[in-house]
Amino acid sequence: MPRNSSFPITIEQISKRYGRVFALDHVDLHIKSGEFLTLLGPSGSGKTTLLTVLAGFTRPDSGSLKFGDTEMVCVAPHKRDVGMVFQNYALFPHMSVGANVGFPLRLRGVSKREITDRSERALEMVRLGGYAARGVETLSGGQRQRVALARAMVFEPRIMLMDEPLSALDKQLREHMQIELRQLHDKLGMTTVYVTHDQREALTMSDRIAVINAGRIMQLDTPRAIYERPRNRFVAEFIGESSFLQVQVAGGRVRLGNQTLRTAVAAPSHGPMLLMLRPERLRVLGAQDAGQAQDATLNLLEATLVATVYQGDSSLMQLALPDGSMLSVRGPSGATAAATQTLPGERLQLALKVEDTVLIAAEGAA
Amino acid sequence: MNWLERPATDTQITHRARLWLYAAAVLVMLLLVLPTLLVIPMSFSASQYLEFPPREWSLRWYRSYFSSNSWMQATATSLKAGLLTAILATPLATMAAYGLHVSRLRYANWLSMLLLAPIVVPVILIGIGVFYAYVKLKLVNSMLGLVLAHSMLAIPVVMLVVGSALKTFDMDQELVARSLGASRIRAFLLVTLPQIKFSVVTGAVLAFLTSFDEIIVALFISGGANSTLTRNMFNALRDQVDPTIAAISTLIVAVTSLLLVFTQFGSRTHRQ
Amino acid sequence: MKDPANALALRRSARWERLGLLGLVAPALLLITLTMLLPVGWLFYLSVLSDAGDWSLEHYRRMWEQPSYGRTFLATFEVSALTTAICILLGYPLAYFLSEIPKRAANLCMIAVLLPLWTSLLVRTYAWLVLLQRRGLINSWGIELGLWDEPLALVHNLAGTLIGMVHVMLPFLVLPLYSAMRAIDRNYLRAAANLGASPLRSFWLVFFPLAMPGLATGALIVFILCLGFYVTPAVLGGGKVIMVSSRIASDIEIFFNWGAASALGVVLLALTAALIVAASRLVRIDGVVGRHEAP
Repeated sequence: MPRNSSFPITIEQISKRYGRVFALDHVDLHIKSGEFLTLLGPSGSGKTTLLTVLAGFTRPDSGSLKFGDTEMVCVAPHKRDVGMVFQNYALFPHMSVGANVGFPLRLRGVSKREITDRSERALEMVRLGGYAARGVETLSGGQRQRVALARAMVFEPRIMLMDEPLSALDKQLREHMQIELRQLHDKLGMTTVYVTHDQREALTMSDRIAVINAGRIMQLDTPRAIYERPRNRFVAEFIGESSFLQVQVAGGRVRLGNQTLRTAVAAPSHGPMLLMLRPERLRVLGAQDAGQAQDATLNLLEATLVATVYQGDSSLMQLALPDGSMLSVRGPSGATAAATQTLPGERLQLALKVEDTVLIAAEGAA
Repeated sequence: MNWLERPATDTQITHRARLWLYAAAVLVMLLLVLPTLLVIPMSFSASQYLEFPPREWSLRWYRSYFSSNSWMQATATSLKAGLLTAILATPLATMAAYGLHVSRLRYANWLSMLLLAPIVVPVILIGIGVFYAYVKLKLVNSMLGLVLAHSMLAIPVVMLVVGSALKTFDMDQELVARSLGASRIRAFLLVTLPQIKFSVVTGAVLAFLTSFDEIIVALFISGGANSTLTRNMFNALRDQVDPTIAAISTLIVAVTSLLLVFTQFGSRTHRQ
Repeated sequence: MKDPANALALRRSARWERLGLLGLVAPALLLITLTMLLPVGWLFYLSVLSDAGDWSLEHYRRMWEQPSYGRTFLATFEVSALTTAICILLGYPLAYFLSEIPKRAANLCMIAVLLPLWTSLLVRTYAWLVLLQRRGLINSWGIELGLWDEPLALVHNLAGTLIGMVHVMLPFLVLPLYSAMRAIDRNYLRAAANLGASPLRSFWLVFFPLAMPGLATGALIVFILCLGFYVTPAVLGGGKVIMVSSRIASDIEIFFNWGAASALGVVLLALTAALIVAASRLVRIDGVVGRHEAP
């Protein structure tokens, strides 16, 4: 079952319109062979449409789709040899587990004995060995998911497509399956395209993430780059928590109010921009941090506490800057922590590392 | 009585307050069922006037039915026509229901209305229209003409049954099958059809009954050797109350009930 | 350029798929077009041909002028309206009852409603013929119990027709009404009670309006079926109840007057269509056709 080679996928200028709305707007995307790529976006963003174009269920209006070097855009879905896992599993209720898993092999004219062998091996891969004779209705949600997976893998497809396969599972099981799926991918090495609206899931599992909105790719990058260096407001807001502050860029200097900020990357343009702040990257400076004021790797901000929200593993503090703009800081919630100790109305000093000082364009999300 | 004082709803209306409703409902249900049921014992009455309860029991009306050439021929015609109608209408309507369900055509709505038209247009109009056409085409009094007309009437019925089964069917299963390597046709045959087969069978039974019970169109276009059972019964009714019809009615009720039980029973075992 | 070529190929393959699916629908469509649409269309044509063979509206004019046609239409509307009214009277309590009892019991009782539907129309009509005749069951019991002295004329007249038609049409009213009533969230009634409504007021002000679409659907179906109904009035009416359908049949069978019969048929169809359109505008009909859920 393990393969050495899989296919890269090249998507060029794929468009799909429904009436006047572009479900997919001239999308370009190159997925590397063996890569785990996640399409991440809100509902209606086009991520599922792109997946169904890959599977062949949606015919785009124009554009090119290549698996390796072969043009696939006009090929019928049943000739594409891709494995697909659906959100609701879509197991055939009128067949046993074994018959479900063996179905694609039966279609390909494989001998009965080989079908039984390969089905059993596929089931073992998803840790359901020996379940072949069972009926589908006797399985739990997680087990059904794994049968669907086995069925999609048994015919050794070069490409695997997954449409929010874990969204119907409860939290604990979901997190467990995320790890299992990733391990399976690493073992088999197939190019995998994974669709989800859950950013945590995307960050956990992917080699790269393509953030999609309104039929266009907003950013294509590794999880870390997407989280720490979002390229526009949409990506910054969609992934993780964020606050935004207005800054002015002039003559290579970044000014927040009267303050000049140090940034890791030179500011690209002139004019107004937005400073993106992640709440957990701001640190409250206490009395013991007096020497930090001179640290050149930090930007310091003064703010007044408005309110604190206790959230168990951490606390969220809402602060106001002198000019009235609001930001959030997330910190530990222990008894001696700043979040617990500070009272509303008190003034605090916040430290922001230079590499966490990220600027993005001031125009709204595209 | 204890039970009367208990609440029937959570707005605390008692059974006693609803007694009139229960009585009315039971009365109407009896009204619906009794007349047909009463014919059954009456058909065993020896008297010409079909007494209830019969003073004398006899099978004479059944004997009269089975020994009559014309009644037997009419029955054979109706059975044959019904069977052929089921055979013709069921696949046609099933294909159409599937095609309309799956396609995203803009005018799919119009097409489905067109295909359901035979149950909206007054049957008498269809009857004389078909009669007129058949006179020109020399299809009057022919089995072919009868089956074609009855199939037309049966198609909407089958479409409604199969269509509603398709609506509750998870079409994703067909998509999965196709992603696994099945062409559209194979996906339908291997995955969809086995799961809607109960509805298709029900549709076939209804198509048979639509043809078997059909009166008006048959009145105009069936005749002579191909006269249907219903046509003969209708004409007999208009002349005088022939008690043989009681025997025929009982037999029809028995067969229909059997079919009804068969399909209902099939549904319960299927759903297991 | 790659794009335009693919766009054409994609459009072509989309067209093939559409044609393929249309092909599935085509045979049924063909059959219905040939055996119903064309013949009925031809009748439309006949209705505007005079007896001599040229264009004329004489059949329609005759319908307008001759009082016998007016009487026929009046009788038809009368019977249909009366039947619908009686069906509502009898069917509403039954539907309400069925919607209140637990689902399993309701499914069992539903047999009482479905059995007549599945039973042959002729058998049901015949049953009433036998029961209502002078020496039939109803009269013999009535006389035995001392309710009346002389056998009542219950058949071969309007009374017999109504009884027969109500029996046939009742399931058509009860089924849509029941399904609408089942769908009503009982929380509305609880809220009404909590807000101070007595059972009677909460029924009249909350339940009845919510069940109205079901009632309208059922009543419409019954009325339309009655308009074009043939068998039961013909058998139980004894020639004294002449409805439009009987007129059409006799115009053909006895007078061979295709023009008149066609014109009558066209009017009947127009009435039916007008009723359906009017009703669908006034009350939202939970029809079987055209119910498309967006994913």
